[in-house]
Amino acid sequence: MIENRPIFTFLTHCVVLLGVLLVALPIWITFVAASHDEVRMLQSPMPMLPGPYLWDNLQKTLFGAGLSGTETAPVWRMLLNSLVMALGISLGKIAISLTSAYAIIYFKFPFRMGFFWLIFITLMLPVEVRILPTFEVIANLNLLNSYWGLTIPLIASATATFMFRQVFLTIPDEMLESARIDGAGPMRFFWDILLPLSRTNIAALFVILFIYGWNQYLWPLLITTDTDMTTIVMSIKQMLEAAEQSPQWNIIMMTAMLAMLPPIIVVITMQKLFVKGLTETDK
Amino acid sequence: MLKRVHFPSSPLPYLLVAPQVIITLVFFVWPASQALFQSFLMEDAFGLSSEFVGLENFQLLLEDEQYLNSFGRTIFFSFFVAGLSMSFALILAAFADRIIKGATTYRTLLIWPYAVAPVLAGALWLFMFNPTLGVFPYLLNFMGIQWNHYLNGDQAMFLVIMAAAWKQVAYNFLFYLAAMQSIPRSIIEAGAIDGAGPMQRFWTLVFPLIAPTTFFLLVVNIVYAFFDTFGIIHAVTQGGPAGSTTILIYKVFNDGFVGLDLGGSAAQSVVLMFLVIAMTVIQFRYVEKKVDY
Repeated sequence: MIENRPIFTFLTHCVVLLGVLLVALPIWITFVAASHDEVRMLQSPMPMLPGPYLWDNLQKTLFGAGLSGTETAPVWRMLLNSLVMALGISLGKIAISLTSAYAIIYFKFPFRMGFFWLIFITLMLPVEVRILPTFEVIANLNLLNSYWGLTIPLIASATATFMFRQVFLTIPDEMLESARIDGAGPMRFFWDILLPLSRTNIAALFVILFIYGWNQYLWPLLITTDTDMTTIVMSIKQMLEAAEQSPQWNIIMMTAMLAMLPPIIVVITMQKLFVKGLTETDK
Repeated sequence: MLKRVHFPSSPLPYLLVAPQVIITLVFFVWPASQALFQSFLMEDAFGLSSEFVGLENFQLLLEDEQYLNSFGRTIFFSFFVAGLSMSFALILAAFADRIIKGATTYRTLLIWPYAVAPVLAGALWLFMFNPTLGVFPYLLNFMGIQWNHYLNGDQAMFLVIMAAAWKQVAYNFLFYLAAMQSIPRSIIEAGAIDGAGPMQRFWTLVFPLIAPTTFFLLVVNIVYAFFDTFGIIHAVTQGGPAGSTTILIYKVFNDGFVGLDLGGSAAQSVVLMFLVIAMTVIQFRYVEKKVDY
């Protein structure tokens, strides 16, 4: 700090604290709503302090029939679907980006740059702008309502490929030279030298991609019609629709909390990796 | 970008790029070209046959008042989402940058909205602004404001802007804080020695020095507001009331999946595609340039 002004420092803390409170407010209100019973949640004004029913609501939401009057899969099943989707997308993206970056950086072969630009194109075609035709492809391949359909179309990634390309470019040439002198073939070099060297980058990317995968909304909405394949993030919308007839805000907000907990835990516990991944993939 | 030392040509590299390339071709290039192709076709009223109509779909789109309104609304929406969340994040980062003790704690407390899915962010704000139960309508009632975003289009717009901006604050804060912390202390100290107070130092030194970050964030936030806010709109307003929150991305979905207007939806997709391409080019051309302090 440049100057020592205790009052100004105090003020600084006040402003940042106020910002934190504002940002945390929606999450606090969710938590509060998830800890009251149904009757209390129908009275205005809403409570601002937690009630005694958190555990009760958790059990009801996780193992009960969910929202009464709707036909949805049990919440644990939706959490499982989300987990499979998030892991499938993040690990799939990392795997195919690693290999394609490796091929483009370490091999000389015809159409090398053609492939590179092809991968680059994906950056310009987010799901949202090709909704209908992509849906048709999935339908023709019989991938509707399956984990394959949920994950495979989303695992192509230009950003991940670029990031690994960047990482590989910083690895000194002597590594490959000495590996070859020691008799290592291309795959041996990849497994025993490149992968260990890019471990932190892989971990950082995983954090970002896990959140990306978990929070997918439009895609699962399009290709799942079977309630058994619903993801937790999707289910919130269905519950909100049901809430227009019979609001059970305690259950809805408990589900919302369960839906955002896994990515929040990932961000908070792996904060360093998260920040690294965020700043490296986007620049 | 090929390594000076590399492996000779063999079938192996083709196998290595194959998964990525096949997925790109099947799920990206093919559907995109289909969208382009369909945007030149028009179906009859029963969806039985379609004929080539050239640019008529685009012409209809540009004459469609609803589409143009939606375009204007999207620009309004993105402008406010980007402006609100960036200025809030900038103020917070400027203050957090001064804090030495506890800075990481504050960062931890500020970054989690990033992990919340847009549709969930929408659900949380919808709940807080629920006309009969929500906290804010209750408080607003005392000030004489009747809150009902199901009926009032301006209020609905305000609500989706708030939800979208809230979710993005964490991201902007992280980038602003990182940019400010990378400014050499000596520059700030020199300013202080010359007698500049904290406010003056911020506006004459810090703010100009982080301009590249501001520009980068502006592009990222606009892309976010254009394309990633589908979940918020879908959960909170469904484009209503009376289309007052129908932004472009919601309109593509709605016209294609609900309205089943294939040609029109494809033409809208193509327009969006060009927007993404333009923004990607801007991002790569102007943002990649590193600024030396």
